[in-house]
Amino acid sequence: MKKRIYLDYSATTPMKKEVLDEMMPYFNEKFGNASSIHSFGREAKEALDIARDRIAKAIGAASSEIFFTGGGSEADNWAIKGIAFANKNKGSHIITSKIEHHAVLHVCEYLEKNGFEVTYLDVDEYGMIDLEQLKEAITDKTILISIMFVNNEIGTIQPIKEIAEIAKEKGVYFHTDAVQALGNIPIDVKELGVDLMNFSSHKIYGPKGVGAIYIKKGVKIHPLIHGGAQERKRRAGTENIPGIVGFGKAAELAIENLDAHIAHIQKLRDKLIEGIKNNIDYVRLNGHPTKRHPGNVNFCFEFIEGESLLLSLDMVGIAGSSGSACTSGSLDPSHVLMAIGLTHEIAHGSLRLTIGDFTTEEDIDYVIENLITIVDRLRQMSPLYEKVK
Amino acid sequence: MYSEKVMDHFMNPRNVGEIEKADGVGEVGNAKCGDIMKIYLKVDDGIITDVKFKTFGCGSAIATSSMATELIKGKSIEEAVKLTNNAVVEALDGLPKPKVHCSVLAEQAVKAALYDYAQKNNIVIPGLEDYVPAKDVHDHHDGDGEE
Repeated sequence: MKKRIYLDYSATTPMKKEVLDEMMPYFNEKFGNASSIHSFGREAKEALDIARDRIAKAIGAASSEIFFTGGGSEADNWAIKGIAFANKNKGSHIITSKIEHHAVLHVCEYLEKNGFEVTYLDVDEYGMIDLEQLKEAITDKTILISIMFVNNEIGTIQPIKEIAEIAKEKGVYFHTDAVQALGNIPIDVKELGVDLMNFSSHKIYGPKGVGAIYIKKGVKIHPLIHGGAQERKRRAGTENIPGIVGFGKAAELAIENLDAHIAHIQKLRDKLIEGIKNNIDYVRLNGHPTKRHPGNVNFCFEFIEGESLLLSLDMVGIAGSSGSACTSGSLDPSHVLMAIGLTHEIAHGSLRLTIGDFTTEEDIDYVIENLITIVDRLRQMSPLYEKVK
Repeated sequence: MYSEKVMDHFMNPRNVGEIEKADGVGEVGNAKCGDIMKIYLKVDDGIITDVKFKTFGCGSAIATSSMATELIKGKSIEEAVKLTNNAVVEALDGLPKPKVHCSVLAEQAVKAALYDYAQKNNIVIPGLEDYVPAKDVHDHHDGDGEE
């Protein structure tokens, strides 16, 4: 079989066997509805409680502060719309950043069309927000600050604790999208002091279609999904028990293996970054050199375009992603690459390779070797390259 | 996403390179939008005896450049000027809708090179009488139909 190397762990991860094993009985044997009073229902409820405890433990929260959702995007929607609608008597101003996931940015744009005001904070060349600009942006109408923990494209880690302190001092709620953070950096919600934080299961070797949000006790928030009394009347809909069980197990494993996981992927990340820098000219590492996701590699290769890079890599079995316009389905390159000040020309040549638990040293060697050939082949074809030669 | 023909022309592009002292050179697109095509022509007695290209762009930009050069090689300049983007798309067994603009760019690159040849030789090629070399002929913004 053709060699296949998966380096797109920030897009999704393969589910671990232990996770699948734990989920299996909940599809057919223990299939009850957790709201039912009979033994079938109690079985499901018990599994739900265990999963909730595991998520809570993974982030230092109380179990009563964890609510399951249908994924990370739903949780982002819930956090922002839920806070906005529940607190609009207090104010109508929200602060976020220009490099948020679309599940945050598009919600903010929607709220802008519905009477809310939104400030989009700039970021520096590494993708870091400016705490002074944040302080200045807060007004007496500000009700929410939403800043992502770890950026999904360039891996930059924001100063969450400092942001939380500023928010607390001003009496503003602070939400952080921690989808890329969970299982990749240590998280303690109490120590960080955030009010809302959300996660996605399939980014941590769990099943797709399930996520969770931490809502600190006392936070005033409306539901997003109205209906039944599930999730303590805050998120209606029969719980996805197999998914939730899998997510709980994945979170437990992620925390048990956190140190080894970080050490493994960080070593390979640095090897890949060095390999690219030392062997290919006209490249730029995107994101922060040190405050970055331990498995994130994001480079721009000048004079070539991202989609042709991805296709070429795919032909030799390597799976990555790009922020070029041609891969985003829009006219412009990724908003994150634009926000860190890249020109369109440079941003079109971006490549994100994200490393995970199943990545090996041999994989990285293979990728570097192939990348050198592919970049050279595409540059030989590029009219931009002949001008600099 | 892409047909086998597109992938073949992307992975094994025909006629890549430059022609020294080319008789006509056309360059269209811009780096800001993410694609530039440059076509070089060698013309003898009104026949395109050689053609080369260089392209910065996505897979379909490279494949359409390759196919466009194949379609005009050995043709008369009068025939070459009639090359349409649809002919390029058809020859490639189709392109995804958001990528059709690449074929438009390929057609434009061929016309730009022919125009350059006509200017250098002080002739008028039928079909290019009204041709105005645009600074940016890139029509990325029309009919992509995505979002």
